[in-house]
Formats: sequence, C-alpha cells, structure tokens
Amino acid sequence: MIEVKGTVHPDVKAKVDAKSWFYTDEVRDHFFNPKNILKTEKEASDYDAVSDGVGEVGSPACGDMMKIWIKVDSDSDKIKECKWQTFGCASAIASTSIMSEMVIENSGMTIDQALALKPHDIVERLHGLPARKFHCSVLGDKALQAAINNYFFKSDQKDRMIISKGAEIVDKILKITDKDIEEAVLEGAHDFEAVQKKTKVGVQDKTCIPRVKELIEFYKDKYYG
Amino acid sequence: MEIYFDHSSTTYVRPEVTRAMSKYLEDEFGNPGSFHYKGLKAKQALNSAREKIAGIIGCDVDEIIFTGGGTESCNLAIKGLAKSKKKGHIITSSIEHHAVTDTCDYLERHEGFDVTYVGVDKEGIVNVDEIRKAIREDTILISVMYANNEIGTIQPIEEISKIAKEKNILFYTDACQASGSLDIDVRNIGVDMMTLNASKIYGPKGVGLLYVRKGIRLVPLIHGGGQEKNRRSGTENVPGIIGFAEALELAQAEKDVESARLKEIRDYLIKRVTDDISECWLNGHVEKRLANNVNITFLNIEGEAIILLLNEHEIYVSSGSACTSKTLDPSHVIVAMGMPYEAAHGSIRFTLGKRNSKEEVDKLMEVLPEIIEKLRGISPVHLKAEEIK
Repeated sequence: MIEVKGTVHPDVKAKVDAKSWFYTDEVRDHFFNPKNILKTEKEASDYDAVSDGVGEVGSPACGDMMKIWIKVDSDSDKIKECKWQTFGCASAIASTSIMSEMVIENSGMTIDQALALKPHDIVERLHGLPARKFHCSVLGDKALQAAINNYFFKSDQKDRMIISKGAEIVDKILKITDKDIEEAVLEGAHDFEAVQKKTKVGVQDKTCIPRVKELIEFYKDKYYG
Repeated sequence: MEIYFDHSSTTYVRPEVTRAMSKYLEDEFGNPGSFHYKGLKAKQALNSAREKIAGIIGCDVDEIIFTGGGTESCNLAIKGLAKSKKKGHIITSSIEHHAVTDTCDYLERHEGFDVTYVGVDKEGIVNVDEIRKAIREDTILISVMYANNEIGTIQPIEEISKIAKEKNILFYTDACQASGSLDIDVRNIGVDMMTLNASKIYGPKGVGLLYVRKGIRLVPLIHGGGQEKNRRSGTENVPGIIGFAEALELAQAEKDVESARLKEIRDYLIKRVTDDISECWLNGHVEKRLANNVNITFLNIEGEAIILLLNEHEIYVSSGSACTSKTLDPSHVIVAMGMPYEAAHGSIRFTLGKRNSKEEVDKLMEVLPEIIEKLRGISPVHLKAEEIK
C-alpha cells in the first residue's frame, strides 16, 4: 500500500478509505455476528406463534426485505424483545441487527420511543454507511413500525395505530412515504429517475409513480423554488 | 490461500508479459514520435507489436487503433461512427456491457440518434430474427458483443455479420471477453469493427484496441498530437502495447488446450454447486458459453452478502446483485433473459483462469453450502426455483 506522509488535506483525501473493509467496523461486527436474529425458518415460525406483533417491509425483487417480531410488556409499554430476519446485503443485515439492540437495550424502548426511531439514528450507531446504501438498506425502522401497528391491532389498541408516523405511504409495496421522497429531494435527487435510484420508489408499485412525480415537484418548489 | 474466481473482472499479468514489457519501461522508454534513436527504438517496438496483433486478428496494420482500454474502444467505435454519420439508427442488444449501452444511451438522449435494443432468449442468446426485423433504411450500425461478460454466452456473431453484409450495414463487436478463447480472426467472423483489451488475457490494464476495417471513417474522440493516424491522439502506451501483443499471442496459441482445461473445471464447478445446493440454477447457455464462466442464481438471498462471506475465506467472486452495482440496479443481463429481479439479486459469477484448479473448486465447496444455508436461514423469503424460473 502506498503510504501518504504528513497531514492530508480533506479535499485531496480519497473519499473511500479502502484500508480495512467496505463498511465500518460496526457494520462488520453486526454482519458477521447479527444480534437477536432468528436463524432458521423454524425458529421464525416458532417465534411467530409467541410474539406480540410482526411487521414486514420490502420485497426480494427490490433486493431488500425484512421482517421484525416484537414482544411488549403491556404494563410499562416497553418492547422487551425484538427479533428479525432479513433478505439483503451486509448493510441491510447490520442495520437491522443494531436496531434490534437499540430497541431492547436499557430495559427496552417504550413504544413511543420506538416509533420515533429514525434511519439516521440507526446509521449513526453504525458509524456511517455508504450514501447510496442509506435509503434501500435501512428499512428496519419501517418494519418495526409495522410490527408495532400489528401489536396495536392484536392487543385491541386500534386507536393507537398509526399510518407511517403521520406520513403518507406512496409506494405500497416498499412502504415508502412522502417523507422519504422529501429527504431524497433534499439530498439532491431532482427528477423521478434520480429519486427512484435513491429510494427504489415505484420499482414494484408502479401505481404510485404519478403521485411521486407530484411530490418531487412540490418539494423542489418548497426547497429550491 | 487466496482463491481468485473473478478473471472476467481482470486477470493478473503473466510473467512472460511482464518480462516483455519491462525493457520498455526502464530502458527503451522513448516516445515513438521523437526524432531521435531513442524514439525510433520505441517506434520500432510499437510497429512490431502492431504487426504481431494484425497477424493474429487477420487485418492490415493500419486497421488497428490502440486505445486506453475496452471501454474507450467501445466509445470510439460507436460514437466515432455516429459522429461521422451525423444521424441515424443503431441496433444493439439488451445484454451489452455498459461501455456499449451507456454510449448508445448517450447518443439517443443527447445526439438525436435512434437506438433499438434487441432482446435475448431465456438462455441469453441474442435473437437474430429480431435484429433482422429491427433494420431500417437509416440503420448505420449493429453492435453486438462476441461473448457476454456476466453469463458468458457466446453470441451468433457470424450469423449477424451475414445479415449486416446483406443489408450493407456496419457491424461492430465488443470482443473483450472472447480474446482468450475464441476465434478473433476478423476474416473468419466478418466484423467491420472489433474491440479487444489486454487486461482480461493476462496483459496490463489500460490498453485496448479497436480494429476498424479500411474505408470506415470515425471521428476521433481524443484530439492532439495525431497519433494512430489521427484517430487517437496521445503518446502511445508502448510498454502496454508490447505487453498486449505478447499476451494476445500467448492466449491465442494456448487457447485450445487451455479452453479444454477450463471447461473441465467449469463443468465440475457447475455440477458440484447445483448438486450440493438446492434452489439454485445456472444462468446462460449450457454449451454456448465461455470456457471460464459460471453464473449461478442462489434463490432467497442477496449476492453482496454471499460475496462478503466468501471474501472472509479469501475466495473472490462477483455478483449481479443491485447492491454491488453503483446504480443499485440489479444485473440488466439476468433481467433481459426474462428472469425476475429476485433471480438477479442472488446471482453469483465465478470466472476461472490459468491458475485455477479442481482442488480450488473443492475448497470453495467446503464453505459455500454453509454460507448459503446461513443466509437462507436468516432470510424471510422462501421461494422455490420452479415457481420463479
């Protein structure tokens, strides 16, 4: 390897530091040793029978799909267990794993805390992900929210059920919301193609494409006018 | 011990090639354009490399343009011709390398050309009838690769060149993956333009060539000192070109013996994987495929995760998964065969080379079934091959 001596100005330093691995150490740890995972189809079906809520997001056609099961302590309204399975790349596996830890650590998040969990919180704990991996592989929060909704439904708390943190779900298969579109526009995707590249919106659920285009125009006007 | 099964990405440089090149890096380093002995020696070496290659591919020395690699050659062939014709229609296939598809896409979006992408059958062979039907009055070029880089399918180049001749249309083939094992004599295959590169045949990176049949006018992409008869300016990469000629000569001389050896390992790898692992299949054509290519879809899991787990065992492969592409789109080649996206995400390419052996396949099989089982265990998807193929 070519060693560079002295301090390197940030502008001339390679953006991808290929010294160790493609991802951070945290991603690596969670990819190779995922926590709270259901390791086989049997484990998953056994757990399915005893869990309080289950949620799913994504599809194998899109390259990422995850399923999350939770157990909730109804007295404290805290999540006691958070188990999962994932079809996806290393960052999808690692981000779901670390999220499951975040949810149950310190005697567990309350439902409200869990609902407030954002992809950014997860990525921060992973010490970062490559930008292009962000939208497609960090789906854990959405699957968790679906699991919580399922818990509300099953435990007869239907009044608490939420549609995607107050957001509008545009892509019904990938469960992509208007907030995701907003974020993509803010990150510089200014037409449908660019937004689709970032979010994969409309890859499967083609019915949402006109609405997505509307939203892109709306947020472009709002932020770049 | 490292096991490298990614030779279609690039190969190492074989020692004979390094040896041939080294003299022109340190001692005979002159610029072929210089007006002194140092330059003359480089010029002579360049000429003899050009003659050697012209002899191998059966063309005149003036019909070879050396470039900075396969991608540049593809750009020069397609854009160079398009610019000289100013407008018109191009026919290409839906499984070309991005160097071809992105160039065609650029011409369509920004330069007013029409492009027709013809499909392939479910084994990845280009549909020749579709090419015939796509021909228009204003068709200026048919561009179909010789052998596919992902699934290894060998295309019916001679048939296509017959159609092109009949209709008086130019035919270009990207032969980057073919130069190590197939017939690349342009008199036999009948192409008007052809790309070859060095880095897939144990030559150096950053050297390629474009064969252009006499009489075809290309507008250069790179202007400057007028090298390569004004068609590609820039000081010639003399050591690279020497290495390229050496590598090509060796590859062509050894191709029959080496192809037979590789086929045996290839077929053994296919058999071991498909026998020992469920819900997987070979992508591409069983016979009409490169001697060194194996491409297998493992259902219900994602390719990047497979690559990274194999990587831990120092086994190196590649994938058509979206996660390993810069655009996050899964392999357009697998999708073009009519396979669903699910199949593309879990596709793994093993490409063999000179140093590979059956023993390495056995070593691969000591870890691969376990990796697939582990990833399938944690996957919530449980599709069956027969419902998806």
